[in-house]
Amino acid sequence: MKISINDVEHVADLARLHLDEKEKEQLAGQLSSVLDYIDMLNELDTKDVPPTTLAVFIDNVFRSDEVGQSLTNEVALANAPDKKDGFFRVPTII
Amino acid sequence: MDREIIIGLETHVELKTKSKIFCSCSAQFGGEPNTNTCPRCLAMPGTLPVLNKQAVEFAMKAALALNCEILPFCVFDRKNYFYPDLPKGFQTSQYTYPLARNGYIDIKVNGKTRRIRINRIHLEDDAGKSIHEKNYSLVDLNRAGVPLIEIVTEPDIRSPEEARLYLEKLKAILEYTEVSDCRMEEGSLRCDANISLRPFGSDKLGTKTEIKNLNSFRSVQRGLEYEVWRQNQALDNGEEIVQETLQWDEDLGVTVPMRSKEEAHDYRYFPEPDLVPTVITEEWIEAVRSTIPELPDSRFKRFVEEYGLPEYDAEVLTASRPVADYYEACLKFCPDPKAVSNWVMVDLFALLKANNMELADCLISPENLGEMIKLIKEGTISSKIAKTVFEEMFKTGKTASTIVEEKGLVQISDEGELRALVERVVAESPKSVEDYKNGKKKALGFMVGQVMKETKGKANPQLVNKLLLEILDN
Amino acid sequence: MKLNELTAHRLHEMLINREVSARDITEAVFNRIDEVEDELKAYVRTTKDLAYQQAEEVDQKIQRGENIPPLAGIPIALKDNICTKGVHTTCSSKMLENFIPPYDATVVEKIKENSAVIVGKTNMDEFAMGSSTETSAFYPTKNPWDITRVPGGSSGGSAAAVAADETIVALGSDTGGSIRQPAAFCGVVGLKPTYGVVSRYGVVAYASSFDQVGTITKDVTDCALLLNVIAGHDSNDTTSVKREKVDYTKALIDNVKGLKIGVPKEYFAEGLDPEVEKAVLESVEVLKSMGAQCEEVSLPHLKYALPTYCIIAMAEASANMARYDGIRYGYRTPEASDLIELYKKTRSEGFGNEVKRRIMLGTYALSTGHYDAYYLKAQKVRTLIKQDFEEIFKKVDVLLAPVTPDVAFRLGEKVDDPLTMYLTDSLTVPANIAGLPAISIPCGFKEGMPIGLQILAKHFAEATLLQVAYTFERNTDFHRRKPNYKGQEGGKN
Repeated sequence: MKISINDVEHVADLARLHLDEKEKEQLAGQLSSVLDYIDMLNELDTKDVPPTTLAVFIDNVFRSDEVGQSLTNEVALANAPDKKDGFFRVPTII
Repeated sequence: MDREIIIGLETHVELKTKSKIFCSCSAQFGGEPNTNTCPRCLAMPGTLPVLNKQAVEFAMKAALALNCEILPFCVFDRKNYFYPDLPKGFQTSQYTYPLARNGYIDIKVNGKTRRIRINRIHLEDDAGKSIHEKNYSLVDLNRAGVPLIEIVTEPDIRSPEEARLYLEKLKAILEYTEVSDCRMEEGSLRCDANISLRPFGSDKLGTKTEIKNLNSFRSVQRGLEYEVWRQNQALDNGEEIVQETLQWDEDLGVTVPMRSKEEAHDYRYFPEPDLVPTVITEEWIEAVRSTIPELPDSRFKRFVEEYGLPEYDAEVLTASRPVADYYEACLKFCPDPKAVSNWVMVDLFALLKANNMELADCLISPENLGEMIKLIKEGTISSKIAKTVFEEMFKTGKTASTIVEEKGLVQISDEGELRALVERVVAESPKSVEDYKNGKKKALGFMVGQVMKETKGKANPQLVNKLLLEILDN
Repeated sequence: MKLNELTAHRLHEMLINREVSARDITEAVFNRIDEVEDELKAYVRTTKDLAYQQAEEVDQKIQRGENIPPLAGIPIALKDNICTKGVHTTCSSKMLENFIPPYDATVVEKIKENSAVIVGKTNMDEFAMGSSTETSAFYPTKNPWDITRVPGGSSGGSAAAVAADETIVALGSDTGGSIRQPAAFCGVVGLKPTYGVVSRYGVVAYASSFDQVGTITKDVTDCALLLNVIAGHDSNDTTSVKREKVDYTKALIDNVKGLKIGVPKEYFAEGLDPEVEKAVLESVEVLKSMGAQCEEVSLPHLKYALPTYCIIAMAEASANMARYDGIRYGYRTPEASDLIELYKKTRSEGFGNEVKRRIMLGTYALSTGHYDAYYLKAQKVRTLIKQDFEEIFKKVDVLLAPVTPDVAFRLGEKVDDPLTMYLTDSLTVPANIAGLPAISIPCGFKEGMPIGLQILAKHFAEATLLQVAYTFERNTDFHRRKPNYKGQEGGKN
């Protein structure tokens, strides 16, 4: 298998996902099989091929430095699960 | 064992655009929490960034002023990590293709010029602000999305003092170019340092630590001095330096390791697909270059050559653009470079410091200061009276001549009027006269003082001196 | 036929001739929704009050004798990843179950400017990650041709709603085939425009460099009308292309004489159902008989499209999903003692399995030590695939291909096997990788289930695409067939 339980745990940590043991096992298997399939790409020699990020190339798109309308504090926080005194509230950071 | 200190600095500078880098919210400092926010900088689902052209041009301007090469092509990347004040869950930064590379800043250390090379400058967006309460934290996203440049030096800095000098010079240059307010207390200029030690003569770098939160010139120097001491201690005790991120605690005066969990970073950079590349032509670069004003180094040279100022004066006056501008404005009204320099560097600076004020808040216009110095030179007021006048000008913003008139401070240079007074003082001071005749030249000073006292300082001191000598020596 | 079974262009005629009112049409659609929605589940939410209000405004305009744009008064359904101001936009995820955007997506602004009547938000695979609408956190949508089968995905709700006449037209989004595949499975017309032709602003991102909003309609004419409304440069989306406004209805010409059609052999590789293959090849013959020149062509790197897509899409998705942290909006775990726990529990409880799987894969592909081997490699292969298409479009005007290897599969059939599910997209992802416009139109049936014909063209050649599709449609009857689901009358429009 390409992906070990350890790999799954490390990646889940980076992605901030909590997984139970069963999920870890399942994911290790599923990700391994998808990556095995993806290995097909190694058949290709791409040493001198430039990468493509955007299919339709555009460059230099800007906005001018003008101040527009911001949301009111009430609207900005309207969807927030927890707020206090106009701030978003979260558990202690440090 | 004596070891060589190797320091590299990463400085984050907020650019003073009117609006944020990827949305049109105001980038102004302050404001009620979460009032300069919109769907974009709150990272609401579906929103997309649009790059502020002014941010790119400010970054280019800064890079050119720092002798960098602007690259023809720059691309934004996503730098992935989780933090409550980072709304998108990634910072939009530049990794593989930064805006600029290969610059430098020259600093003067003990009279010698040292060149600190700059590896790269890139553009990115700032995060918001977290306020830590006892049982929870509060997040304000007004700062989220303010444009930043990150300026990364080569590990060329060899002492905490050099680090401070580099940062002071960097601030001066950025202020000259007017791309940032550089207010460390507001966080618009922030500094992180990488530091390691190695035996002199070694070309291998030792293990480095990163110090965050060096948010004043003082803490840059103190924090690094502490870390040099700490690493030396550790190495002397045969311990190994652990590569880690430390936080400088200004109050305790120590560096403290940050929690290791926060540290386990794997930023997973990849090109930001929501922004298109920026292609920068020579033409564009030259257009931006033409907006760069005279910078501290060349202004220093000019002050020495053109005004004949001592290097020390020239350095102090050119260290900040507002001061240099003020100084040169004064010269227009009073073309005496050294006299103006003295008044600005000594008297004006002292009053600003005593009143905890910035030059921008100063009520004395360059024209008024120029006029005052002229009054001294013309003999209308004495230098001594001038100090009183100057203080009054500083307080009220009135012109020197108004104050002199209002308070009747015009110097008494009428020989007849003064001669009568001098004769009276001589007559009333037989002991001093006798001392003087016995060779105690100090006694003369006492009598001058008496005359000045009688005239409330308005007597022309040179004239008083001359008259006294005439009377006593006859 | 009932009003809700008609096309937009037919209803527009009736509106301006004052044969019907916008209110009548809206009512017909909501009656239909009441009739079938309990079973079909095409919608996440309907917006009845808003719809009647919009219809009323159109009727007033007509009464005042004002000219109305072609889609005025026409019911439209929006995929639930398109932000609507003041109306829940959930992406069929528990994560956004209660999210109400304070802004409209650019396409929604355009829809409103054109006075179309928004009837609701359609079900989808969670965050557009899926090919069957089964990954919706709420419920799967059923295929009106056979309710034991999936409608396809991720725009399955939009396709099913159009096919079942629960709306007249719909918008979807297509990242790897999410418009074309459900359109094919449901026997309707689905267009994914060239990347950059339609603004993505306000469309919740799955894979930013592939995502494109497009149309799902009952015929090609409606497709052109709806594209006219949503296409155009938007300064809010820097990947949106600045081009002169095109009237796509001008491309609706029943003629393909002299057009060069390529049939890329790699689209007909192993795994393609023989009946699907037959239907597509017969379609080629139809166009040939209309005067098109057809030749077999080759896209040597086509088989690498799906693995390339998987890596890039999931890498981008892993970062696009990072903003769902339970702080500013969206689901938040009820209990978390510290910040790390808040993140982990919120995201694990708020996201479904498929979303988590893609985040994991994308995170892995970008992480230290894997970037070059996976992400960078895929970006390079992307170049090769793009070049294949560029070469071919020097020789031919359009490509004809199947949309899917087979017709709609059964609910539950593939949901537990991610790789098999991904493979159902193998014929649609190439257009996304190269940013090409591609359309799916009905071209046959297998066991009573519709088969889709895919037409691809070069960048910005939507007009050519529509011309071919229109000609095919005018000379065949497939688009007239309706599922006969719960009393649909079907027949001629």
